[in-house]
Amino acid sequence: MSILIDETTPVIVQGYTGDKATFHAREMIAYGTHVVGGVTPGKGGQEHLGRPVFDTVKDAVRATGAQASLAFVPPPYAGDALMEAADAGLRLVCIITDGIPAQDMMRVKRYLLRYPESSRILIVGPNCAGIISAGKAMLGIMPSNIYQRGSVGIVSRSGTLGYEAAAQMKALGIGVTTSVGIGGDPINGSSFLDHLSLFNDDPETRAVVMIGEIGGQQEAEAAAWVQANMKKPVVGYVAGLTAPKGRRMGHAGAIISAAGDTAAEKAQIMREHGLFVAPSAAELGATVAKALAKVS
Amino acid sequence: MDIHEYQAKELLAGFGVAIPRGKVAYTPEQAAFAATELGGSFWAVKAQLHAGGRGKAGGVRLCRTHHEVAVAAADLLGRNLVTHQTGPEGKPVQRIYIEVAEPFEREIYLGLVLDRKIQRIRVIASAQGGMEIEDIAHNDPSSIKEARVEPAVGMQPFQARELAFGLGLNSKQVSRATTAILACYRAFRDLDATMVEINPLVVTADDRVIALDAKMSFDDNALFRQPGIAEMRDPAQEDPREAQANQHGLNYVGLSGDIGCIINGAGLAMATMDMIKYAGGEPANFLDVGGGASPERVGEAFRLVLSDKNVKAILVNIFAGINRCDWVAQGVVQAAAGLTVPLIVRLAGTNVEAGQKIIRESGLPIISADDLASAAKLAVAAAR
Repeated sequence: MSILIDETTPVIVQGYTGDKATFHAREMIAYGTHVVGGVTPGKGGQEHLGRPVFDTVKDAVRATGAQASLAFVPPPYAGDALMEAADAGLRLVCIITDGIPAQDMMRVKRYLLRYPESSRILIVGPNCAGIISAGKAMLGIMPSNIYQRGSVGIVSRSGTLGYEAAAQMKALGIGVTTSVGIGGDPINGSSFLDHLSLFNDDPETRAVVMIGEIGGQQEAEAAAWVQANMKKPVVGYVAGLTAPKGRRMGHAGAIISAAGDTAAEKAQIMREHGLFVAPSAAELGATVAKALAKVS
Repeated sequence: MDIHEYQAKELLAGFGVAIPRGKVAYTPEQAAFAATELGGSFWAVKAQLHAGGRGKAGGVRLCRTHHEVAVAAADLLGRNLVTHQTGPEGKPVQRIYIEVAEPFEREIYLGLVLDRKIQRIRVIASAQGGMEIEDIAHNDPSSIKEARVEPAVGMQPFQARELAFGLGLNSKQVSRATTAILACYRAFRDLDATMVEINPLVVTADDRVIALDAKMSFDDNALFRQPGIAEMRDPAQEDPREAQANQHGLNYVGLSGDIGCIINGAGLAMATMDMIKYAGGEPANFLDVGGGASPERVGEAFRLVLSDKNVKAILVNIFAGINRCDWVAQGVVQAAAGLTVPLIVRLAGTNVEAGQKIIRESGLPIISADDLASAAKLAVAAAR
């Protein structure tokens, strides 16, 4: 089944006619994603990559029945684009953008409470590589050829470290149902827990890899949830053992500023809650193989 | 982005926080003149640097004459002040702040932070001002009162009042503390801060509530819409390599080891540094070249890493997604010509064979690695 998207999901691109969006939309279409159009305010009525361009997300949804969006919108306009997506009734928006002001994401999250939970959009990102359901659809910027279709889910804060996991798994003949990048920002649209829950309910997914890093409480929160609820093995890894306190390591959210923020503490918490912890980034694939062997 | 105390006070005063009268000075003569202009007979001469703990490090001098002010200023200016927050090298003192010193009766702690767990602005106050918040939390956690701001409407006066009454202030003091708290919140919101800290916020015998110290940090992602804040940047307080990296859109953090790192993606970069440590080595830096590993970018990355004289070997780990490995390899080969330290390159992803071929055929002594583990081991061996 996979989670979030598959080959039937009608998808639009916000910021459709921009250079980056065009490049990645082409890749997505080539992969088999059901891209049905895009939004660039002021260019409604035009055609781009053989699909219609709309002025507003509501117009796009009305005309195409789109359910999900990939947003390629620069930081000053990104919060607005997310709220527009939410208001248009999409069920999912994935925002690639790096550099969104933290208080804008705070306001976006607050804005979502305007809608009842049953019809509230799920935001993936920001500052992420996107979502790919192997062999079915891609809503992001990842290199699609490193994902073999299979039964393991990936949820990661880091883009390239997520690629590393997928590639190591592929080398061992282990495939992926869906890989989700939740992004590197301190205030994100959805957390590890949100996606672990989806993987838990996906009949095709037999195990999940969770790739964290320094900063924040979301790994610990997910570990506790896993112990209480998860029906499948979870492999965990936390990057940043050598990170010094108080320094931002690339990602806006990768900073040790409170107790529990370090990689060592998070790995320990994962172990205590029954996750298989990969001892190093070079053993992500091997640890997944071990976890799968334990359940079959 | 951090700013100095005197800049934070200026900003907060603009929102309505009461501050002592003060002036910034860059020389002892200016300092003495500032004392003259300010008037009074008692001044605090304060080193301005982007770090806390300066009181304990002798960075704040109380002076009773203009001469003492000049002497204190001369002593502080031009030195690297080492506090428990600066690291052993300390930070340069190029500016000092002369403030009229007045007696006070109570010290309060006031802090605001963007709490990523609850995804809200959190306001913290404690009657145990003057101490570090970590110590307050450790010694007297029940003294810490907090309020969470609802973003849809902002901080409400009742929330500030509850905090103020919770600090045991009298009604006149509560009114002024409420003003200060709300002003700090509005500054936090309007200037895209990530942290505002007034420690101590003092109460005087005549019920005035004044910010004796002030710290503010800002969201780097929001600087595009905060030109006034961006202007306050003081590069002298930053690691020069990090400042240079910023200018070129690279993310660099200097560390103390000898294996230079050039990687794409923050998570992969941290993981690679962890692998180096496992293999018995020490990373010299964190460096994320970001999504577009163009020859220019890669070249700039090499320049940055090599400007650290401790570097004995360089490890390049690029997982090329959209950037194909052959393109990245070209950039590496260009940048590596004339390199005097060993270079280990691990490429993965799109077109990896083509990339490895370019490296092999370059004629340069580049060591190719196939995976993370061997890349780290080779780098550690090369640095020895």
